[in-house]
Amino acid sequence: MNVPTQPDAPGAAPGQIRDQAALVAAEGVAMSYQGRQILSGVDLTVNRGEIVTLIGLNGSGKSTLARILLGLIQPEAGRVWRAAHLRHGYVPQEMTIDPAMPLTLQRFLTLGGKVDGAGLDATLDEVGLQGRLQAQVARLSGGELHRAMLARALLRRPDFLVLDEPMSGVDVAGQGALYQLIENVRDRYNCGVLLISHDLHIVMAATDRVICLNHHVCCTGRPDSVVGDPEFRALFGAAAADRLALYQHHHDHSHDAEGGIVPLDHDHDHDHGHAHD
Amino acid sequence: MLRAVLGGLGVAGVAGPLGCFVIWRRMVYFGAALAHSALLGVALGLALGLPADLGIAALCLLMALGFLALDRGQLVASDTLLGILAHASLALGLLALAMMEELRVDLMGYLFGDILALNQTDLFVIYALMAVVLGILLLSWRPLLSATVDEDLARVEGLATGRLKLIFTLLMAVVIAIGMKVAGILMVISLLIIPAATARRLAASPEGMALVATLLGALSVLMGLAGSYFWDLPSGAAIVAAAALLFLLSLPIGFARGRR
Repeated sequence: MNVPTQPDAPGAAPGQIRDQAALVAAEGVAMSYQGRQILSGVDLTVNRGEIVTLIGLNGSGKSTLARILLGLIQPEAGRVWRAAHLRHGYVPQEMTIDPAMPLTLQRFLTLGGKVDGAGLDATLDEVGLQGRLQAQVARLSGGELHRAMLARALLRRPDFLVLDEPMSGVDVAGQGALYQLIENVRDRYNCGVLLISHDLHIVMAATDRVICLNHHVCCTGRPDSVVGDPEFRALFGAAAADRLALYQHHHDHSHDAEGGIVPLDHDHDHDHGHAHD
Repeated sequence: MLRAVLGGLGVAGVAGPLGCFVIWRRMVYFGAALAHSALLGVALGLALGLPADLGIAALCLLMALGFLALDRGQLVASDTLLGILAHASLALGLLALAMMEELRVDLMGYLFGDILALNQTDLFVIYALMAVVLGILLLSWRPLLSATVDEDLARVEGLATGRLKLIFTLLMAVVIAIGMKVAGILMVISLLIIPAATARRLAASPEGMALVATLLGALSVLMGLAGSYFWDLPSGAAIVAAAALLFLLSLPIGFARGRR
């Protein structure tokens, strides 16, 4: 069960026109789990140097889609294309390290391959884990473990970086810094970033494209800036506000109780329609 | 007695590192289930005229693959499935041996181990297989460790985790087949896990834990065989009891170091 990092074959790419910079492309991807349809007809492309934010409610299929793009699971229908020799970086939503394994942070970070000491120190500084190399991974807090996983992904100098809910477990003050870090990483490695969030209201200002998923792609577009929004600035602070944005939904349809699609003939303010859990 | 000591040390040498992986991967019950199927392997070996070791290893492997296939179907919870397979195969093994009337099998020896009955060939088999298992473990140590820590991350980083899982299962089948000679079907898994669990309290790195587990396993063998020699204790049980005693003794050390 290799991670397929090779393109399927010449000409096997999905039919749509794709520019040279595409890293990963999914076409018509469908997946179900125990008889429940999780994804259907999903098309998604992530290009080099692009930050794509995938938003949707809990259970909308975001993580499943990410795992399909990474090649961790095979879709039931549709195709996934990956650029040749793609280096993936993946920060899963959560991970548990069994306390039965004695493992220092240093060991954890180098499990994926050899790393030079200077690179290790610089990356630890970046994620705020400096001086913790000898800490036992099983004893790290949830937030620290998340940053450790981010460090491991960054050390690989990824071409395609997937961050599943990176803001969970990060306090509001830390979120701006984390967004800044993601932006820096994108600029440094010119990688494609897929950022998953269940927060329908706040997305990163540096996001090139927002994709709203609810088992299928509901809508996609550029985020609007919220830099001028006084309420937002008051809430998150002016510095953080420069990195955060509010994304306005413009759905062309709505969902009925069974999850079916109901066409809409008017714009609506989506912000009050969703219950967060 | 010398053969028993050498055989026991050989098994301890390979059970240490492998046992660490068994507890890291939470495959204790899986290993025990494999061991339970060994009796059916003995019957199979006898029926086909093959050496019992080969029959045991083959059936352990068959059981492992059967479990992986059935578990994917999600018919019942994994631990329920393991319980069914373990005891159904143990029962089938007993039935199969009972039907082979013409053969007298040392049932107690298979169930509880008979390290004192090891002959020259057994010793040779133990050390040859130990060399193979340790060789494979050393060669695939880092990928195996990475896949054990987190399978998703390992796959994303390009490791063939499916193949690693298969290799590990194969190694487990082999070690259970040779470990059975020491502690029998019912206790063989304890040779893997008790020294490893004790070692966890004393080690700060995966390699250190594997090494300490090996040493503790060897010490358990020596203590158990000494008990067997001086007080005529059943050898397999004495070895496992010694391993358990070492675990008990390690508890204060672990607390003192603030590790769990």
